[in-house]
Amino acid sequence: MRVRLVLVAVLAFAALAPVAAAEQRASLVEIEKQVMCPVCGTLLQLAESPQALREKAFVQRLVEEGRTEAQIKDALVAEYGEEVLALPPDSGFSLSAYVVPIVAFLIAAAALAAGVWRWRKAGGGPKDGGTPRAAGPSGEDADRLDADLARYDL
Amino acid sequence: MSARSFIAVLGVLAVVGLLVFGLASKGSSGVAVGEVAPDAPLPQLEGGGTESLADYEGRWVLVNFWASWCIPCRAEAPALEEFQRRHGGPRFTVLGIDTRDLSGDGRAFVEKYGLSYPQLRDGDGNAGDEYGTTGVPESYLVDPTGKVRLHALGPVDEEYLRNEVEPWLLKGQS
Repeated sequence: MRVRLVLVAVLAFAALAPVAAAEQRASLVEIEKQVMCPVCGTLLQLAESPQALREKAFVQRLVEEGRTEAQIKDALVAEYGEEVLALPPDSGFSLSAYVVPIVAFLIAAAALAAGVWRWRKAGGGPKDGGTPRAAGPSGEDADRLDADLARYDL
Repeated sequence: MSARSFIAVLGVLAVVGLLVFGLASKGSSGVAVGEVAPDAPLPQLEGGGTESLADYEGRWVLVNFWASWCIPCRAEAPALEEFQRRHGGPRFTVLGIDTRDLSGDGRAFVEKYGLSYPQLRDGDGNAGDEYGTTGVPESYLVDPTGKVRLHALGPVDEEYLRNEVEPWLLKGQS
């Protein structure tokens, strides 16, 4: 029983350890996809300017020091300000960058649903719920149409 | 006006307002010669304090935007230092602003070129944007009242400093 427990614990550790390590380990390749070159206005990954090369060297040094991704991004923000982040942080006023589009979408969807509901209520759709039928000509128009069709009768 | 129309007009006004705000904030063209120079406080490159142009009121200030990764900045640094040694004092100073640069690299640059004039940090480049810089190096000569008198795009050299900047300082003495 005890041997089995130890075996389970070892297997669990072996399974979880790489996940934990991956969360902690940062790499230049991953970080340069998430931060900007402030001078070039592009992702650091795409930039080759002298400033970008210095920024990459700075990130590489912090990676070698064993800093986590979050720590490296914090260090970049301390140097260049929040504009260095390719995506705005999900806190404070920057949170609005994520929330506003969702709220706008929900409002638009609600307005559309309300509009459809009112249109249906006002009798806009077919009364029996089936496919709407086009109203045909009536009176003088119908007579003229019949006469025209008769003339072109094949 | 019905409530629905009022909301629609309000929505349109909000969108137009945002567009105007966006255009206005993008369209700021910085400071021109004759205008008052921006004086927002900036952190010192060395030490933990902050300083602004307002701290130099009453002096001529040659505001020099630079960065350690900028090759022309290396070329102009000795000329600026020499000019500071000759003219620096209670009436004039060069004021370096290290922009969009790593602070460690900036400090190493100052040490390498033996720059003795005060240095501020503009990591996010906002001060440069306020001045309307298009790159580095750029320099602005600001008079004792805070108005810009000269603007140099690109590196300054001994000749520029002697022929363009020095006359203003001498004029100020007489």
